[in-house]
Amino acid sequence: MGASQTRSEHKYQDLMDKTGFSVEQIKNLHKRFEQLSGNEETISRENLENIPALANNPIRRQIIGAFFDKRNQHQNEVGSFEEIGFEQFLMVMSHFRPPTLKTTEEERETMRKEKLRFLFNMHDTDNDGTITLEEYRKAVEELLSKSGAIGQEGAKAIADAAMLEVASTNVPHMAPDDFYEGITFEHFEQILKGLEMESRMHIRFLDVDTTTMRCGRSTS
Amino acid sequence: VVAVCNISSQNRTRMGLNTGHGSSIKEVPIVTFKWHHVETPYLIALWILVAGLAKMVIEANHHVTNVIPESALLICFGFILGGMVWGADKVQTFTLTPTVFFFYLLPQIILDAGYFMPNKLFFGNMGAILIYAIIGTCWNAASLGLSLWGCHKGGAMGDLDIGLLQYLLFGSLMAAVDPVAVIAVFEQVHVNEVLFILVFGESLLNDGVTVVLFNVFDAFVSLGGSQIDAVEIIKGIISFFVVAFGGSLLGFVFGLLVSLLTRCTKNIQIIEPGFIFVLGYLAYLTAEMLSLSAILSIVFCGVCCQKYINANMDEKSVSTVRYTMKVLANGSETMIFVFLGISAIDKTIWVWNTGFILLTLLFIMVYRFIGVFFLTWILNRYRLVPIGFIDQVIMSYGGLRGAVAYGLAVMLDENKIKEKNLMISTTLIVVYFTVIFQGITMKPLVTWLKVKRAAVTELTLIEKVQNKVFDHVLVAIEDISGQIGHNYMRDKWNYFEEKWMSWALMKPSVRKSRDHVFSVFHQLNLKDAMSYVAEGERRGSLEFIRNESAFIDFKKKFGDEFSEAMPDIMANMSDDHGAASDRRRDPVPSVSLEMHEQTMKGMRETEDINTHHLLQQHLYKGRKQHRHRYSRSHFDVNKDENEVQEIFQRTMRSRLESFKSAKMGVAPPKTISKYSKKDQQQKMPNGKSLDRSKSYYSGDEDFEFSEGDSASGYDASGSTFPMRVTYRAGAGIENPAFMPDMDPMTPIQIPPWLMEAELDSGMVAPSQRAQVRLPWTPSNLRRLAPFRASAQSNDSFMLADAPATQQRDDEELPPPPSPPPPPSNRDGGYM
Repeated sequence: MGASQTRSEHKYQDLMDKTGFSVEQIKNLHKRFEQLSGNEETISRENLENIPALANNPIRRQIIGAFFDKRNQHQNEVGSFEEIGFEQFLMVMSHFRPPTLKTTEEERETMRKEKLRFLFNMHDTDNDGTITLEEYRKAVEELLSKSGAIGQEGAKAIADAAMLEVASTNVPHMAPDDFYEGITFEHFEQILKGLEMESRMHIRFLDVDTTTMRCGRSTS
Repeated sequence: VVAVCNISSQNRTRMGLNTGHGSSIKEVPIVTFKWHHVETPYLIALWILVAGLAKMVIEANHHVTNVIPESALLICFGFILGGMVWGADKVQTFTLTPTVFFFYLLPQIILDAGYFMPNKLFFGNMGAILIYAIIGTCWNAASLGLSLWGCHKGGAMGDLDIGLLQYLLFGSLMAAVDPVAVIAVFEQVHVNEVLFILVFGESLLNDGVTVVLFNVFDAFVSLGGSQIDAVEIIKGIISFFVVAFGGSLLGFVFGLLVSLLTRCTKNIQIIEPGFIFVLGYLAYLTAEMLSLSAILSIVFCGVCCQKYINANMDEKSVSTVRYTMKVLANGSETMIFVFLGISAIDKTIWVWNTGFILLTLLFIMVYRFIGVFFLTWILNRYRLVPIGFIDQVIMSYGGLRGAVAYGLAVMLDENKIKEKNLMISTTLIVVYFTVIFQGITMKPLVTWLKVKRAAVTELTLIEKVQNKVFDHVLVAIEDISGQIGHNYMRDKWNYFEEKWMSWALMKPSVRKSRDHVFSVFHQLNLKDAMSYVAEGERRGSLEFIRNESAFIDFKKKFGDEFSEAMPDIMANMSDDHGAASDRRRDPVPSVSLEMHEQTMKGMRETEDINTHHLLQQHLYKGRKQHRHRYSRSHFDVNKDENEVQEIFQRTMRSRLESFKSAKMGVAPPKTISKYSKKDQQQKMPNGKSLDRSKSYYSGDEDFEFSEGDSASGYDASGSTFPMRVTYRAGAGIENPAFMPDMDPMTPIQIPPWLMEAELDSGMVAPSQRAQVRLPWTPSNLRRLAPFRASAQSNDSFMLADAPATQQRDDEELPPPPSPPPPPSNRDGGYM
């Protein structure tokens, strides 16, 4: 027992450094990872899409996409993976780590930036640094896709209105021949200033093992 | 409703009746003075008036209320009033009695709190709130009682006839943080929402604990120390759970009841807001009757029903409920503070014991701090987002005591508790200290500690959208990572709620169309519409209606709008459109820019409401068959379908005319028909194609392109409309009414408007209309004012080729490619 403990800790050490998770959390997530992948080394889109709890999520596609997005791996790469390993899985998850009392102001700021970047990347599907109206519309459409017919029609209008809002708040003195191509990251940051991202975008990664009790549900 | 009922009822009631049928009537009295006949309600009404006036006076000067919170000022005002009453009567006739407070003043405040409760925030922090409310309050009660008792034993406050149990009783009534005081003070401070909900939620929920503690210790005091054994204590603990959870459950049931009821009040819309208040009050009274926690009951009633009743009821009813809720709550709050002040000016209740009073003050402060810090320390080990140190300080400092404590203190039984008056005066001192002193210092403290404030701005649409994305992301990540967390639970609850509760409690018609994002969108639209109307009225609506430039914009905008939704209308409108876009390139500089800007500003909204409104108000007064009738259940004037239709058609027609005539403006007025006719026929294809390309562009690439033209009037540089206005003015066409311009196209163009009119006939009821129209209320109507940026897209396009096309336009397309206006019968020429 003791030997395996140290071994796994050693194995997880660099993951811990990279992602900031604790050993227990990593172990839990690894279990979950194996469960999702069916004990394979890597996980594919299908694996994630088959999670039953996700079935009702309107933006499922975008979220799953984020897992396979190279931009979310902090390595300045673009493009997307076909399959991701545990490390990539963890990296994506690490965006959702909650801040602790010990986190300093700068760390908070970086966390905030990362979280925002994650959301931004989710919308910026073509990775050109801006969320164009086209992309944003698609996002809103998906978001409202569970609202029935009204969602389809309303989504467009809402996306447009939201886009105009962004344009008007960020570029109040635009020259007439300027063209607002879309939301840049700076603007995105600016708009969502009020959302207190760093204190809200996180979930609880339990130290305790809960996967066993979830087994039946997730495989059913 | 005022605290005077009791005194007056003691006084000579029914005295007034004697004057009516006294046996010794010698003659028929013409006028009699029957003060006693009306005394009670009269005094009540007077006090309400006085309290209202007090608030008005206090609020008149914001320099004062910025420093001293309103509640403190109201109490001080109460001191003065009380002094006056005392000076006149030599006895305090008016005090806040527990009956009045608990039955007539408190319920509406709590109902208001529950109804406007930010549910997500509240339930999200439920754990922490419960810990503070239950354990914190017990801790406060016990520590205060025991410490005072200890000090008493130590001889710190002289000779007092108070036993341990009575100290604990006193501690329990002092323990609860008062919701009224907390709301009053924190509302003005604007701390961040989590902090607010923690303090506020605690103050609401700890009532259950206070009531139980108070009742239990009251019973213990009656029983006497020797009678209390383990069984009684266990009973007390059980009663706590029964009281708290029973009260909440009762409130929940009543909430469901209200929701169900509003499902079927369609035909009695006028009284449906009443149900909410009556049932809320019944929830309160029922809980009181069953000796459950009445406050918890009414809180949960409000919390549960808010979503469903807001969806079920007509929009008017919802605003009625909201508004009435605020009126009642605000009024009660004012009364409570005023009477708290008045109650102090009464010699009979004041018993001074320096040791007791000062020690109480000290202990409640110290123990509050200790309690909050200790509990937060425990909570922070489990909370996802820990509560920071500064927030803890504010939470501790925000432990204001208020009228609830005073009401409970007055309810003490003098026979059992010898020092009741000392307790009352101590309670009053504590209340004054916390509300006035802590209330005043709260704001500087918050500023000094740099507590994170709440964002003052409303959520913008994009934030709302983003919030939603956010929720889904969090849930999904929890799902993927296989954690059962907060979000998971919430998602499951939402799902359940969506599927079952909404199904049961909501009208089927509204179930589909409700969505948070939609509602914000809808609200923004409404707001714009309102500002538009206001703008129109401010500028004098007649002139506004006649302003032809407005019509062009209207028209064009409408065109854009409908091109989104109904392409066929667009087809009909295309020539007008072409005209407008063509016109935009007129290079004549503008003089009337400002005027135009205002028009444009007003323009941003669903113009039909506004025109309609304006028309109803000003234009058609003479013509419409205004049925002045009194009805108790309907208050809308003139809802006759045909009439509305007629008005609408006329509006549209006149609009079209003015539009036409405005277009004519390019050409000299006299020769207009010939000139334009000839030109028209030549250039029509050209204009069309131009328009086609434009609309294609706008439809395809970027929606904002279609905004651009309507917003372009804003840019002084790229501005087009203003120029046109002047140009036309220069051409000498001031009044479209003199333009013989009934054109043959009109019949073709009317159908779309009629179609529109059909939709619009329902617009008298905004909610319906909103439902029908919201989906395709296009964004270009929204928030056009600040959209310089949006102007860019089209302008850039326009300006880019402006130099090139300018000449071409001037040469080839001088007049708009609009249909020629033969001087024929124009009906509806009453502009």
